[in-house]
Amino acid sequence: MDFIARKRNGSRIVTQIVVILLAILFLVPFYFLVGNSFKGYGEILSNSASFPGAFNGDNYTQAWHATNFSYVFMNSLVITVVSNVLLALLCAMCAYKMVRNDNLFNRVLFVAFVAAMVIPFQAIMIPLVQVISGIGLMNTRIGLIVAYLGFGAPLTVFLLHGFVKSVPVDIEEAATVDGSSPNGIFFRVVLPLMQPIIVTVIILNTLWIWNDYLMPSLILHDPQLRTIPIATYMFFGEYTKQWDLALPALVMGITPIVIFFLAMQKYIIEGIAQGSVKG
Amino acid sequence: MNRNKRSHLLQQYLYVGPTALFFLCMVLVPFFLGIYYSFTSWNGISSHVGWNGIQNYVHIFTRDYSFLNAFWFTAKFTVVALILTNLLGFALAYILTRRLFARNTLRAVFFIPHVIGGLLLGFIWQFIFVQGFSSIGELTGWSFFTLPWLGTGTTAFWAIVIVFVWQNAGYLMVIYISAINNVPSSLIEAAKVDGAGRSQLLRKVIVPLIMPAVTVCLFLTISWSFKLFDLNLSLTEGGPFKSTQTVSLNIYEEAFTISRFGLGSAKAMIFFIIVAIISLLQVRATKKKEVEM
Repeated sequence: MDFIARKRNGSRIVTQIVVILLAILFLVPFYFLVGNSFKGYGEILSNSASFPGAFNGDNYTQAWHATNFSYVFMNSLVITVVSNVLLALLCAMCAYKMVRNDNLFNRVLFVAFVAAMVIPFQAIMIPLVQVISGIGLMNTRIGLIVAYLGFGAPLTVFLLHGFVKSVPVDIEEAATVDGSSPNGIFFRVVLPLMQPIIVTVIILNTLWIWNDYLMPSLILHDPQLRTIPIATYMFFGEYTKQWDLALPALVMGITPIVIFFLAMQKYIIEGIAQGSVKG
Repeated sequence: MNRNKRSHLLQQYLYVGPTALFFLCMVLVPFFLGIYYSFTSWNGISSHVGWNGIQNYVHIFTRDYSFLNAFWFTAKFTVVALILTNLLGFALAYILTRRLFARNTLRAVFFIPHVIGGLLLGFIWQFIFVQGFSSIGELTGWSFFTLPWLGTGTTAFWAIVIVFVWQNAGYLMVIYISAINNVPSSLIEAAKVDGAGRSQLLRKVIVPLIMPAVTVCLFLTISWSFKLFDLNLSLTEGGPFKSTQTVSLNIYEEAFTISRFGLGSAKAMIFFIIVAIISLLQVRATKKKEVEM
């Protein structure tokens, strides 16, 4: 017994060491990125593996101004937050009525949502540009948000729909007896119950919308409207291989979403495990 | 009674209407327009849309080698990325469900790459492959690091694979962890009492019981790798000489760089059909597994 226990302990220590080494390997790219972002151009080229000799913040100031980062960050933030709030709210309302009103239209719509989850963005992007300019929303944040509401609806409704089905009708009937209006029931009784799945939906949509490059690049052309991914892409086009400016721009670009992850870590990891069950 | 019915209808419009409308305008209309464009020679600008019959499709399958190459590249990439990402994701999950020191921190470390978008990751890794690897190569003398990583088709293929696995293994790990945690501990205890070793436990008890999660992860990876765009654009831009161009990037360039909307739409439709077939297989596989359970 003692021998087995010791062997078990030994294997645990080996596993522990292996997994820590792997974790360090996973983090090495960030070391290269952040470390070199403080170096001068010559220092980056001569040895990118070394620890920076001096922390030079000038790169950051220059990159901040060249990418117009405060603008770009606000654009990404506004687009992500507004799209998320509207997607979660409108899709929750939609999913709720679709479950409770089992009529032909709602059934057809549900099948359409499920089928549309299969459509890759590339299959609709060419005409989407036409449609958006046709309704006069080209080059506006509203146009992009509306596109997110449409393209994000299938998966969002699908996840919420599955959850609403598990909410017992009895609770709503009790609230009706107590004199609640249909709107009151939804907003004061059902919506609060949906909180866990809404957190999941918001996390999945945030990771998608915040990081999305293709859709914004097709709809927003005005430099004033650039999001972080578009600004990064444009910046690389202008400053090819100028790593002393490109690396600080990349560090600035990833910082907000990494902070978001570290702050919401628990919810993100739970939310993904939940969302994938239906995925 | 009538008033009740009308309020019922009003509720339906109010709750379902907005989402249905956005979905109609932003997904269904463009989708059907896309089918129509795929039979035309439209260039996206001129008011004249010339009917082309099935010419675009014939052209793609018989003469468009760039598309066929992109397709072959994407298929190869999908298979390799699928296997490696799932193996690493599962291995990490299996290790990190054991009682280890700093388990949650380690999980977070492996997950972090996934929260960063593919476009930025591609640029970050471009730097690492070009500058970082050559510095490591100089220090260690290992030829692995002095290869022209983004300079030849084969190494660029593996470069994209490396970044993809690094980016997504942590996400699969999270799904596998929750599946492993859901394996009833009574079953594991029973197997241990019956004298099952660690590898037997893994093969005979854990893996069969987490098959639903395996299906989810397999198709999630297929969907990501088959539709790969951002990472491809920023890491290699399809190069060198279009050797690492994915189907998504090929469609994008056809439509927005060369301005052949008709041809681009036809490619998009072929792409859609393939993705749809894969998804149908997924649904069938999932259903079958559920019956077995």
